[in-house]
Amino acid sequence: MSNDILKIGAREFSSRLLVGTGKYRDFDETREAVDASGAEIITVAIRRTNIGQEPGQPSLLDVLPPDRYTLLPNTAGCYTADDAVRTLRLARELLDGHNLVKLEVLGDADTLFPDMTQTLAAAETLVRDGFDVMVYCSDDPIMAKRLEEVGCVAVMPLASLIGSGMGILNPWNLRLIIDNAKVPVIVDAGVGTASDAAIAMELGCDGVLMNTAIAKAQNPVLMASAMKKGVEAGREAFLAGRMPRKLYSGAPSSPTTGLITG
Amino acid sequence: MTPPNASITVTVNGEPRALDAGITVGALLQSLDLAGKRLAVERNGEIVPRATHPHAVLVEGDRIEIVVAVGGG
Repeated sequence: MSNDILKIGAREFSSRLLVGTGKYRDFDETREAVDASGAEIITVAIRRTNIGQEPGQPSLLDVLPPDRYTLLPNTAGCYTADDAVRTLRLARELLDGHNLVKLEVLGDADTLFPDMTQTLAAAETLVRDGFDVMVYCSDDPIMAKRLEEVGCVAVMPLASLIGSGMGILNPWNLRLIIDNAKVPVIVDAGVGTASDAAIAMELGCDGVLMNTAIAKAQNPVLMASAMKKGVEAGREAFLAGRMPRKLYSGAPSSPTTGLITG
Repeated sequence: MTPPNASITVTVNGEPRALDAGITVGALLQSLDLAGKRLAVERNGEIVPRATHPHAVLVEGDRIEIVVAVGGG
Protein backbone atom coordinates (compact mmCIF):
# COMPACT_ATOMS: atom_id res chain seq x y z
CA MET A 1 0.00 0.00 0.00
CA SER A 2 3.07 2.23 -0.05
CA ASN A 3 2.08 3.61 -3.46
CA ASP A 4 -1.42 4.63 -2.34
CA ILE A 5 -0.90 8.37 -2.23
CA LEU A 6 -3.38 10.98 -1.03
CA LYS A 7 -3.00 14.03 -3.25
CA ILE A 8 -4.32 17.33 -1.95
CA GLY A 9 -3.65 20.12 -4.42
CA ALA A 10 0.02 19.66 -5.30
CA ARG A 11 0.88 18.00 -1.97
CA GLU A 12 1.18 14.25 -1.49
CA PHE A 13 0.65 12.23 1.67
CA SER A 14 0.82 8.56 2.57
CA SER A 15 -1.34 8.79 5.71
CA ARG A 16 -5.08 9.24 5.25
CA LEU A 17 -5.72 10.07 8.88
CA LEU A 18 -5.65 13.76 9.75
CA VAL A 19 -5.75 14.71 13.40
CA GLY A 20 -6.49 17.73 15.53
CA THR A 21 -4.38 18.89 18.46
CA GLY A 22 -7.07 20.20 20.81
CA LYS A 23 -8.51 18.86 24.09
CA TYR A 24 -5.40 16.91 25.17
CA ARG A 25 -4.23 16.87 28.78
CA ASP A 26 -0.87 18.41 27.91
CA PHE A 27 1.65 18.77 25.11
CA ASP A 28 3.28 15.43 25.90
CA GLU A 29 0.00 13.61 25.40
CA THR A 30 -0.65 15.61 22.23
CA ARG A 31 2.68 14.62 20.75
CA GLU A 32 2.40 10.96 21.72
CA ALA A 33 -1.11 10.69 20.27
CA VAL A 34 -0.12 12.43 17.04
CA ASP A 35 2.86 10.10 16.68
CA ALA A 36 0.73 7.01 17.34
CA SER A 37 -1.82 8.16 14.75
CA GLY A 38 0.82 8.33 12.03
CA ALA A 39 -0.88 11.50 10.79
CA GLU A 40 1.12 13.80 8.55
CA ILE A 41 -1.46 16.59 8.50
CA ILE A 42 -2.35 18.09 11.86
CA THR A 43 -4.74 20.91 12.53
CA VAL A 44 -3.98 23.86 14.80
CA ALA A 45 -6.08 26.79 15.94
CA ILE A 46 -5.05 30.45 15.83
CA ARG A 47 -5.63 32.44 19.01
CA ARG A 48 -4.56 35.65 20.73
CA THR A 49 -1.32 35.14 22.58
CA ASN A 50 -1.60 35.18 26.31
CA ILE A 51 0.28 38.38 27.12
CA GLY A 52 2.29 38.12 30.30
CA GLN A 53 2.55 34.33 30.31
CA GLU A 54 5.92 32.91 31.35
CA PRO A 55 8.25 33.62 28.45
CA GLY A 56 10.00 30.24 28.78
CA GLN A 57 6.79 28.20 28.36
CA PRO A 58 6.88 25.83 25.38
CA SER A 59 4.49 26.51 22.54
CA LEU A 60 2.55 23.98 20.46
CA LEU A 61 4.86 24.51 17.51
CA ASP A 62 7.89 23.61 19.66
CA VAL A 63 6.22 20.27 20.33
CA LEU A 64 4.93 19.74 16.78
CA PRO A 65 7.42 21.50 14.54
CA PRO A 66 6.20 22.66 11.11
CA ASP A 67 9.18 21.05 9.38
CA ARG A 68 8.01 17.62 10.56
CA TYR A 69 4.25 17.88 10.01
CA THR A 70 2.03 19.61 7.52
CA LEU A 71 0.18 22.06 9.73
CA LEU A 72 -3.41 22.78 8.86
CA PRO A 73 -4.45 26.01 10.58
CA ASN A 74 -8.19 26.14 11.10
CA THR A 75 -10.83 28.79 11.64
CA ALA A 76 -12.57 27.05 14.50
CA GLY A 77 -14.74 29.46 16.44
CA CYS A 78 -15.35 31.79 13.47
CA TYR A 79 -18.97 32.62 12.72
CA THR A 80 -18.48 34.96 9.76
CA ALA A 81 -16.61 34.73 6.48
CA ASP A 82 -14.66 37.90 7.37
CA ASP A 83 -13.37 36.47 10.65
CA ALA A 84 -12.38 33.23 8.97
CA VAL A 85 -10.46 35.04 6.22
CA ARG A 86 -8.68 37.29 8.74
CA THR A 87 -7.75 34.27 10.86
CA LEU A 88 -6.23 32.39 7.93
CA ARG A 89 -4.30 35.42 6.70
CA LEU A 90 -2.79 35.60 10.19
CA ALA A 91 -2.06 31.88 10.02
CA ARG A 92 -0.26 32.28 6.71
CA GLU A 93 1.87 35.06 8.19
CA LEU A 94 2.51 32.95 11.31
CA LEU A 95 3.62 29.94 9.24
CA ASP A 96 5.85 31.86 6.83
CA GLY A 97 3.56 31.77 3.82
CA HIS A 98 2.19 28.23 4.27
CA ASN A 99 -1.09 28.31 2.37
CA LEU A 100 -2.83 24.98 3.09
CA VAL A 101 -5.70 25.72 5.46
CA LYS A 102 -8.89 24.30 6.93
CA LEU A 103 -11.86 26.59 6.54
CA GLU A 104 -14.82 26.19 8.84
CA VAL A 105 -17.46 28.79 9.52
CA LEU A 106 -19.91 27.81 12.21
CA GLY A 107 -23.55 28.75 12.31
CA ASP A 108 -24.63 27.67 15.75
CA ALA A 109 -22.79 27.50 19.07
CA ASP A 110 -24.68 24.47 20.39
CA THR A 111 -24.52 22.10 17.44
CA LEU A 112 -21.41 23.65 15.80
CA PHE A 113 -23.23 23.07 12.51
CA PRO A 114 -21.48 24.93 9.68
CA ASP A 115 -22.96 28.06 8.10
CA MET A 116 -22.64 27.12 4.46
CA THR A 117 -23.46 30.56 3.05
CA GLN A 118 -20.62 32.15 4.98
CA THR A 119 -18.37 29.16 4.27
CA LEU A 120 -18.86 29.49 0.52
CA ALA A 121 -18.19 33.25 0.62
CA ALA A 122 -15.00 32.74 2.64
CA ALA A 123 -13.85 29.93 0.34
CA GLU A 124 -14.16 32.19 -2.71
CA THR A 125 -12.15 34.96 -1.07
CA LEU A 126 -9.44 32.59 0.18
CA VAL A 127 -9.01 30.81 -3.15
CA ARG A 128 -8.68 34.20 -4.89
CA ASP A 129 -6.08 35.12 -2.27
CA GLY A 130 -3.94 32.08 -3.11
CA PHE A 131 -4.91 29.70 -0.33
CA ASP A 132 -5.29 25.95 -0.77
CA VAL A 133 -8.59 25.52 1.02
CA MET A 134 -9.75 22.30 2.66
CA VAL A 135 -13.30 23.05 3.67
CA TYR A 136 -15.45 21.68 6.47
CA CYS A 137 -19.02 21.43 5.25
CA SER A 138 -22.41 19.90 5.76
CA ASP A 139 -23.03 16.59 3.97
CA ASP A 140 -25.03 18.34 1.25
CA PRO A 141 -23.84 17.05 -2.14
CA ILE A 142 -24.82 20.26 -3.94
CA MET A 143 -22.92 22.46 -1.50
CA ALA A 144 -19.89 20.17 -1.66
CA LYS A 145 -19.91 20.53 -5.45
CA ARG A 146 -20.16 24.33 -5.22
CA LEU A 147 -17.15 24.39 -2.89
CA GLU A 148 -15.19 22.27 -5.33
CA GLU A 149 -16.24 24.56 -8.19
CA VAL A 150 -14.95 27.67 -6.46
CA GLY A 151 -11.56 25.99 -6.16
CA CYS A 152 -11.33 24.21 -2.80
CA VAL A 153 -8.64 21.49 -2.85
CA ALA A 154 -10.61 19.13 -0.59
CA VAL A 155 -14.18 18.97 0.71
CA MET A 156 -14.63 17.76 4.26
CA PRO A 157 -18.25 16.88 5.05
CA LEU A 158 -19.27 16.06 8.59
CA ALA A 159 -20.16 12.46 9.43
CA SER A 160 -22.09 13.79 12.43
CA LEU A 161 -21.73 16.88 14.58
CA ILE A 162 -18.34 18.12 15.84
CA GLY A 163 -17.35 16.40 19.07
CA SER A 164 -20.45 14.19 19.08
CA GLY A 165 -18.79 10.83 18.37
CA MET A 166 -22.04 9.73 16.75
CA GLY A 167 -20.34 8.14 13.76
CA ILE A 168 -21.47 8.07 10.11
CA LEU A 169 -25.12 9.12 10.21
CA ASN A 170 -25.76 9.52 6.51
CA PRO A 171 -23.52 7.23 4.48
CA TRP A 172 -25.70 7.74 1.40
CA ASN A 173 -25.09 11.48 1.30
CA LEU A 174 -21.38 10.84 1.72
CA ARG A 175 -21.54 8.41 -1.21
CA LEU A 176 -23.23 11.05 -3.36
CA ILE A 177 -20.52 13.56 -2.45
CA ILE A 178 -17.75 11.04 -3.16
CA ASP A 179 -19.26 9.97 -6.47
CA ASN A 180 -19.53 13.58 -7.66
CA ALA A 181 -16.21 14.92 -6.39
CA LYS A 182 -13.01 15.40 -8.36
CA VAL A 183 -11.14 16.59 -5.26
CA PRO A 184 -10.45 14.48 -2.16
CA VAL A 185 -13.39 13.95 0.18
CA ILE A 186 -12.34 13.80 3.81
CA VAL A 187 -14.82 13.06 6.56
CA ASP A 188 -14.33 15.72 9.19
CA ALA A 189 -16.18 15.50 12.50
CA GLY A 190 -18.37 12.92 14.17
CA VAL A 191 -16.14 9.85 14.13
CA GLY A 192 -16.29 8.18 17.54
CA THR A 193 -14.26 5.01 17.28
CA ALA A 194 -12.11 3.00 14.89
CA SER A 195 -15.00 1.23 13.15
CA ASP A 196 -16.48 4.63 12.25
CA ALA A 197 -13.21 5.59 10.58
CA ALA A 198 -13.14 2.26 8.75
CA ILE A 199 -16.73 2.72 7.53
CA ALA A 200 -15.89 6.19 6.20
CA MET A 201 -12.95 4.78 4.27
CA GLU A 202 -14.93 1.79 3.00
CA LEU A 203 -17.47 4.23 1.57
CA GLY A 204 -14.64 5.62 -0.54
CA CYS A 205 -13.64 8.68 1.43
CA ASP A 206 -10.09 9.76 0.73
CA GLY A 207 -9.31 10.43 4.38
CA VAL A 208 -10.69 11.09 7.84
CA LEU A 209 -10.03 14.07 10.09
CA MET A 210 -10.69 13.74 13.80
CA ASN A 211 -9.78 15.27 17.13
CA THR A 212 -12.17 14.49 19.99
CA ALA A 213 -12.44 10.76 19.26
CA ILE A 214 -8.74 10.44 20.05
CA ALA A 215 -8.26 13.19 22.63
CA LYS A 216 -11.28 12.21 24.72
CA ALA A 217 -10.76 8.43 24.62
CA GLN A 218 -9.86 6.91 27.97
CA ASN A 219 -6.45 6.17 26.50
CA PRO A 220 -5.83 8.71 23.72
CA VAL A 221 -2.52 7.24 22.54
CA LEU A 222 -3.99 3.75 22.16
CA MET A 223 -7.05 5.16 20.38
CA ALA A 224 -4.77 7.08 18.01
CA SER A 225 -3.14 3.78 17.09
CA ALA A 226 -6.58 2.16 16.66
CA MET A 227 -7.70 4.99 14.36
CA LYS A 228 -4.59 4.59 12.23
CA LYS A 229 -5.46 0.91 11.76
CA GLY A 230 -9.16 1.63 11.23
CA VAL A 231 -8.38 4.09 8.44
CA GLU A 232 -5.87 1.73 6.84
CA ALA A 233 -8.22 -1.25 7.10
CA GLY A 234 -11.12 0.72 5.63
CA ARG A 235 -8.96 1.99 2.79
CA GLU A 236 -7.68 -1.47 1.91
CA ALA A 237 -11.20 -2.89 2.05
CA PHE A 238 -12.40 -0.12 -0.28
CA LEU A 239 -9.60 -0.81 -2.75
CA ALA A 240 -10.12 -4.57 -2.47
CA GLY A 241 -13.82 -4.21 -3.28
CA ARG A 242 -16.18 -5.94 -0.93
CA MET A 243 -18.27 -8.97 -1.84
CA PRO A 244 -21.89 -8.26 -2.71
CA ARG A 245 -24.41 -8.44 0.10
CA LYS A 246 -26.86 -11.36 -0.05
CA LEU A 247 -29.47 -12.29 2.51
CA TYR A 248 -28.31 -15.93 2.11
CA SER A 249 -26.13 -17.67 -0.44
CA GLY A 250 -26.55 -21.43 -0.18
CA ALA A 251 -22.83 -21.60 -1.00
CA PRO A 252 -20.76 -22.74 1.97
CA SER A 253 -17.03 -22.00 2.02
CA SER A 254 -16.06 -25.64 2.46
CA PRO A 255 -16.36 -28.28 -0.28
CA THR A 256 -19.79 -29.84 -0.61
CA THR A 257 -18.33 -33.16 -1.84
CA GLY A 258 -16.25 -35.77 -0.03
CA LEU A 259 -18.27 -35.62 3.13
CA ILE A 260 -17.87 -38.76 5.28
CA THR A 261 -21.57 -38.83 5.84
CA GLY A 262 -22.24 -39.09 2.09
CA MET B 1 15.68 68.70 30.09
CA THR B 2 14.07 66.03 27.92
CA PRO B 3 10.35 66.51 27.52
CA PRO B 4 8.28 63.59 28.83
CA ASN B 5 7.36 61.11 26.12
CA ALA B 6 3.97 61.70 24.61
CA SER B 7 1.70 58.71 25.09
CA ILE B 8 -0.71 57.00 22.73
CA THR B 9 -3.45 54.49 23.46
CA VAL B 10 -3.38 51.31 21.42
CA THR B 11 -5.64 48.26 21.82
CA VAL B 12 -3.57 45.08 22.04
CA ASN B 13 -5.53 41.81 21.92
CA GLY B 14 -8.63 43.64 23.07
CA GLU B 15 -7.01 45.51 26.00
CA PRO B 16 -6.19 49.23 25.82
CA ARG B 17 -2.55 50.04 26.58
CA ALA B 18 -0.74 53.35 27.00
CA LEU B 19 2.43 53.26 24.88
CA ASP B 20 5.16 55.73 24.04
CA ALA B 21 4.44 57.69 20.90
CA GLY B 22 6.60 56.49 18.04
CA ILE B 23 6.81 52.89 19.30
CA THR B 24 7.15 50.27 16.56
CA VAL B 25 5.52 46.86 16.38
CA GLY B 26 8.96 45.33 17.00
CA ALA B 27 9.48 47.41 20.14
CA LEU B 28 5.98 46.54 21.37
CA LEU B 29 6.71 42.82 20.98
CA GLN B 30 9.98 43.30 22.84
CA SER B 31 8.24 45.10 25.70
CA LEU B 32 5.76 42.20 25.96
CA ASP B 33 8.56 39.58 26.07
CA LEU B 34 7.35 38.26 22.72
CA ALA B 35 10.34 39.12 20.54
CA GLY B 36 11.56 36.13 18.54
CA LYS B 37 8.42 34.09 19.24
CA ARG B 38 6.51 32.42 16.43
CA LEU B 39 3.55 34.74 16.15
CA ALA B 40 1.69 36.94 13.70
CA VAL B 41 0.56 40.53 14.04
CA GLU B 42 -2.44 42.29 12.57
CA ARG B 43 -3.08 46.03 12.73
CA ASN B 44 -6.59 47.34 12.11
CA GLY B 45 -7.46 44.17 10.24
CA GLU B 46 -4.35 44.13 8.04
CA ILE B 47 -1.36 41.79 8.41
CA VAL B 48 1.87 43.45 9.54
CA PRO B 49 4.51 41.27 7.82
CA ARG B 50 7.30 40.10 10.11
CA ALA B 51 9.98 41.84 8.06
CA THR B 52 8.30 45.21 8.65
CA HIS B 53 7.94 44.92 12.44
CA PRO B 54 11.06 47.05 13.14
CA HIS B 55 9.70 49.93 11.04
CA ALA B 56 5.94 49.77 11.59
CA VAL B 57 5.18 52.74 13.87
CA LEU B 58 1.99 52.52 15.92
CA VAL B 59 -0.41 55.45 16.05
CA GLU B 60 -3.19 56.48 18.40
CA GLY B 61 -6.20 54.19 18.22
CA ASP B 62 -4.48 51.29 16.46
CA ARG B 63 -6.05 47.91 17.11
CA ILE B 64 -3.33 45.26 17.32
CA GLU B 65 -3.86 41.51 17.36
CA ILE B 66 -0.98 39.21 18.25
CA VAL B 67 -1.74 35.54 17.61
CA VAL B 68 -0.05 32.18 17.99
CA ALA B 69 -0.86 28.58 17.08
CA VAL B 70 -2.62 26.55 19.78
CA GLY B 71 -4.12 23.09 19.95
CA GLY B 72 -7.32 22.75 17.99
CA GLY B 73 -9.31 20.56 15.63
